[in-house]
Order: sequence, then structure tokens, then C-alpha cells
Amino acid sequence: MNNRGMIIAGIIIFLCMITFPIWYNVVGGKAAYTPEFKIVSKEKQCVESTKYMRAKHMQLLNDWRNSVVRDGKRTYTALDGKKYDMSLSNTCLNCHSNKADFCDKCHNYVEVTPTCWNCHVVPEGNKL
Amino acid sequence: MFEKALIGSKKYWGLVIGLLAIMGVGAIFYLQQWNYGLGITGMSRDVSWGLYIAQFTFLVGVAASAVMVVLPYYLHNYKAFGRITILGEFVAVASVIMCLVFIIADLGQPTRALNIVLYPTPSSILFWDMIVLNGYLLLNILIGWNVLASERKSVPPPAWVKPLIYISIPWAVSIHTVTAFIYAGLPGRGFWLTAIMAPRFLASAFAGGPALLILLSLILRKFTKFDPGKDAIQNLGKIVAYAMSINVFFILLEIFTVFYSQIPEHMHHFEYIFAGLGEHGKLVPWMWTSVTLAVLSLILLINPVTRRREGILALACVIVFFSLWIEKGFVLVVTGFIPSPLGRVFEYSPTVPEIFITLGVWAMGFLILAVLYKIAVAVKEEIET
Amino acid sequence: MKIDRRGFLKIGGLGILGVAAKPVIDVVSKVKLAEASAKKRVLVEKRLAMVVNLKNCKEGCTDCIDACHRLHNVPNITNPKDEVKWIWTESYENAFPDQEHRFIGGGMKGSPAILLCNHCDNPSCVRVCPTKATFKRKDGIVMMDYHRCIGCRFCMAACPYGSRSFNWRDPRPFIKKINPDFPTRTKGVVEKCNFCEERLAKGLIPACVESCKNKALVFGNVEDPNSEIREILRSNYTIRRKPGLGTGPQIYYIV
Repeated sequence: MNNRGMIIAGIIIFLCMITFPIWYNVVGGKAAYTPEFKIVSKEKQCVESTKYMRAKHMQLLNDWRNSVVRDGKRTYTALDGKKYDMSLSNTCLNCHSNKADFCDKCHNYVEVTPTCWNCHVVPEGNKL
Repeated sequence: MFEKALIGSKKYWGLVIGLLAIMGVGAIFYLQQWNYGLGITGMSRDVSWGLYIAQFTFLVGVAASAVMVVLPYYLHNYKAFGRITILGEFVAVASVIMCLVFIIADLGQPTRALNIVLYPTPSSILFWDMIVLNGYLLLNILIGWNVLASERKSVPPPAWVKPLIYISIPWAVSIHTVTAFIYAGLPGRGFWLTAIMAPRFLASAFAGGPALLILLSLILRKFTKFDPGKDAIQNLGKIVAYAMSINVFFILLEIFTVFYSQIPEHMHHFEYIFAGLGEHGKLVPWMWTSVTLAVLSLILLINPVTRRREGILALACVIVFFSLWIEKGFVLVVTGFIPSPLGRVFEYSPTVPEIFITLGVWAMGFLILAVLYKIAVAVKEEIET
Repeated sequence: MKIDRRGFLKIGGLGILGVAAKPVIDVVSKVKLAEASAKKRVLVEKRLAMVVNLKNCKEGCTDCIDACHRLHNVPNITNPKDEVKWIWTESYENAFPDQEHRFIGGGMKGSPAILLCNHCDNPSCVRVCPTKATFKRKDGIVMMDYHRCIGCRFCMAACPYGSRSFNWRDPRPFIKKINPDFPTRTKGVVEKCNFCEERLAKGLIPACVESCKNKALVFGNVEDPNSEIREILRSNYTIRRKPGLGTGPQIYYIV
């Protein structure tokens, strides 16, 4: 092991680099921003509980899309028995009429880019 | 063994850097395609497959180089091929990787490529092609690497490699057959709807693969201390001669059936490539070049006097490779769409970005091949000294 | 275990046979399925189809095309290379190449025929799709799942009717006014007529049928012997595009 010094130095440089964001915040003295949650909605209650929606909205939307496109079933029966039309543009965005606040804020923060809006249309009047 | 690829002459590094540069240019154009969409290519609503899929089809054929040396060596104990099986297997590895990359380059939604695995669909030939190509790639990597590693240690290869070698032979047949089935099972595409599509693919593969292998062997002998052996090269030459004859024979069979039956849906395509339809005849010069080269190659290959002279054999192999490239790597795919099912003649020619992306993928394939050959040759040189 | 050459050839031969036989068996079993389903068809409740009466179709009128393309956000790309269309016209000879001859009468020669996806009984596009992104519903509609399409365009090669379009580029800039009730498509997916599946779900008839003032288009369930479409099929002689290919097209033409 005549390369020991090089290897250890390499490991240290690697560790420094991957932990850089943490050091940057410590030295800078402030944490990166967290998005302000601002859920705008016309209705009081979403199709499911807020906790469920927050954790599982992507699965729910995937299930909706498969159900509508592949099985031709368009009505969603929520846990509380209420029925909804499974539609992103019409049901979801009808209530959450501000996509920029409602979708994009969090998605930008966690650096995910769902491709929904490449095809689905943001209803008019909905602030982008 | 991989460390051998990292030590090389200036020429070797020059080649590596040159290929990387071409890949870089290809990558820049691919980024453009990624952003704009496949509309950046010459493909259209009528001609919906072009250069990429044609390259994939051609390279499946090149991958046959492995089986044509593996089969005589392992089944018929033909010793002269023992030195070059590894060369054949590594060509197969490089060309199958290129096949897969060309398919990805052709996808409209490359990020969803794994849907083929997530929603397996046995009725689709593309699903089976994915399986046979990946299987063939894996087989050749495992076999090539292990045989070379044991050769280096002067021990016989591990026992589990033997069955894999035997499996790889029918598996090689499967990649051409399944790729031919992509075309040969479509209603309303008269140019492709022929039962001898798979035999044609096999014949042209068994000519094109070994032709490339001969050229590579000659190059290696010139630039390295490794000698593939005169016998091996001569016998590969015979294989190319037979396979190319059969390939030309099969094409003549197609031409007979199509023109004697006079069924327009089948005939129009052949008229398009040999004579042009109306003022549309972009492929005519290409097709006649391919035909002329094929005939020329047969003259040079069948005549033993010319075939035995290595310089002429090399020339014949270049001619075979280029003739087959025109036929499989361009005309076969594009002509299936011209005229369209609605009788429209919409011609296709690749665009500049499309050509550079294609060159980039070829450069990637040659880079893989250069690295693998570097390792193989270094090991062989080490054993001999 | 030592395998001699003869032993190996036997095993190898079987292997080749197995690999080669699989797709053949697939095809054969499909054929049997098609026969069986032809017998079973009485049991199917619904088989949606359309009759196009070319006698009623007025030359120069584009109502059905406009209605469909506006509703479904089909981009208006004029370059034929990148063009996208769900329903369009083509000359009679090109639409029915096997019916073409020198003396075509009845004003059909060169006159436009309305073309759209045939929603085949035995769709070759569905057979070749490697991800089931295109599939046949129980009521016969051949659907596209744009979320799943990888854009390999195998279906375009397989469709003998030229009914499929690919999004060679982002279609949005070419849509004059986006209909907010229907999604657009994104670049890199294949699209085609969906028989107004989204309207049928609301109990409406397809937009093209609704928009036609001359009653050239009739839509209905051919499994229902009392339906209007069955009455029209009974009382008129109808033809289909390329029936010899065995795809079982479900658009019937009165010429």
C-alpha cells in the first residue's frame, strides 16, 4: 500500500465535496429557505385528508389517470363516500386555483419536475 | 485485466481521444434533439423510421461476427479460429451496445424506455428483441471476459462458461430472427412482408460480421504484435464468400416473387429503389451502388486466386461491408415506408444533426471496441512473450 | 457431464426451435383467438363503429375535421413532414387502392374520402406496441395512453391505414386556441383518433358526427340489431378499407 496517502487524501476531498452544502450553511450562518405553504382552495375539504394528500397525491393521480385512460372509469369514491370526477385540470385545479402556489412552490423546492403540464392544460384564470 | 486499456501507445490514445471528440459532437446534437424532439431528424409522418433504426438493423447483423468464429471452433474443433474467437465476441459486444443506443436515440420519450420492462408485452416483437439483444450482450461479455482471463492465467476456462458458449450459438440466430420479425409481420407493408426476411438477415449478417472481423484482424496484425493467423483469415474469407452469395441469391428470390406476381403493393417499393417513382428517386443511385458492389465482391471472393491474396480479400471485405450497409443500414428500413399505405411518395434523407448523432454512436461503438481489443491484444502479447 | 458434438447439436437444435417457435405460437394462438371471438361475438354487448356515407359528404366542407381538431387540441402543422391529423380527407383512389380502376364512376374518381382510425377488431398497432400504450377497450375503441407511450413508432409502421401521427415537435405552438377541457400532447408520443371516448363517457356522440350537417357520418353500436347504424348497414351496400389484411376495420363506407 504505497498509495495510502493519496487514497486517504482522495477520500477526504470526496467527503468534503459531498458535505459542502452543509458546511456552506454552517459558515454562512443561515439555513436554506423552506417554502411557505399556502394552500389556496375553494372547498374546505380535499378529496382525501390533507395528511393523505400531502404524502400520496402522486400515487392518487397515477391511479386516477390509469383508471380514466385504461379502464374508462371516471368517478372516484373517496373514503368518506363522496364522489368526484377524476380530472386533474377540472377537479383538482378547480379548487386549487393557483398552480404557482399550490404545485410549483413545493415541486421547485424539492427539485422535482412532474411532466403533467406538458399535456394537461392549466385552466384559464389560474395564475401561472 | 482492465488496467491494460489504460496503458498504451500514442497512437492508441490518439484514437481514443479522436473517438471521444466525435462522441462529444454527437452528444451536442443529441441535446438539441432532446430539446426540440425527433422533428430535428429527416423522419416524417410517412417515413417514421430512418437512419437510427436502420443502423440498429445493420448492427444486429455485425454482431454475428461472434457466432461465425465460435461455432467452427467449439463445435467443429477448428483450431485456427481459437485465436480470434475473442475478437469476434468483442465485436458482438460493441455492436449490440450500439444497437441498444440507437434504439434509445430513436425513442420519442427516452426517459420512459423502461416501460418496456415495467409493462412486458409478449405480443410485441420489440419486447422480444429487447430480451434477445440484452441476453446476447451479456453472454458475449461473460464468455469473452472469462475465456480471456483464463487464457492469461494459462488455465482452462471455468466449467460454467462452456454451456454459455453453446447457448450463445442458437442465441445469435435468435437476434437476427427476432429483428427480422419486427419487419416481416406487419400487414400493409409489402416491402417487408416476406417470410425470407429472417434468412436474409442471417445471410447478410454472416457476410458482414466476418468481413469486418477480417478487416479488424488485418489491422491488428499491422499495428500490434498479435497475429490472428493466415488460415483463420482465409477461412473467414470463405465464410464471407458463401454468406454473401446466399444473401444475393435471397435478394434475387425477392425480386422474382415481387415482379413475377406483379402485386402492386409489393412491387412499388422495388420500383422505387431500382427506378424511382415519378420524379422521386433519391435511393436509386444508392441501391445500384449496393448492387454493383455486391456483384464486384462476389467476383473477388468466389475466385480463389483473388480471395487468397490478402490485399484483395481486404478490399472485397470493405466492398461487402459497404454494400450491406447501404442495403440493410439504409434502404431496407426507409423503403418500407415509400410509398406510404396511402400511396404517397414522401422521400427521406437524414439531416445534419441526425448524421452527427449517428456518427457519435458509431464512435462510441468503436471506442468500446478499441478498449476491448486493446485488452485482448495486450493479454495475447503477454502470453506470447 | 461431457457433451459430445452430436448431443450438443440435438440440444442446440431444440433451443433454436424453441426460440423460433415462440412468436409463431403467439401468432397461431392469436388466430385461434380471432376465430373464437368471432363466434363469441354475440356475447359482446358493445362494438362501436361508424358509417361514412361518401354520397352525403360535400366536397370542400371541413366541418367534421374542424370540430374534431379544435376539440382535441390537434395542432395545425402545415409542413407534411411533421403534420398531425386525427380525421382528414384523401382521394378515393388512395383511400381504397384495391378498389381503384380506370372507369370509376359515380363521381368518386378523385373525390375526397373521410379517413380516420379504423378502430380495428384485430388491430396490428395494439399487437406490436411494446408497452401496451395502445390497447383495445371492451367496446372496441383502440385507445392511446399518452402517459405510457415511449415514442418507438412501431405502431405507425404496423398501421396499414396511415392513421397514426407522431409529435415530431412540441405541438402547443401550433394550436390556435387550446381547449382547456382536453389535454394537448407532448413531443415524442404517437396520437390518433379516440372515437371521442371522453364525450361518449358523458353520453355525447363523437364531435365529427355531431358537426356533420349532411348526415354523412353515423356512429353506433353494431352489436345492437336495433341501432341506427345497423339499419344503415342493412339497407346499404358498404365497403371497408383494405379488408384483405384481416385487421377488421370498423369504419364502413357507402360509396
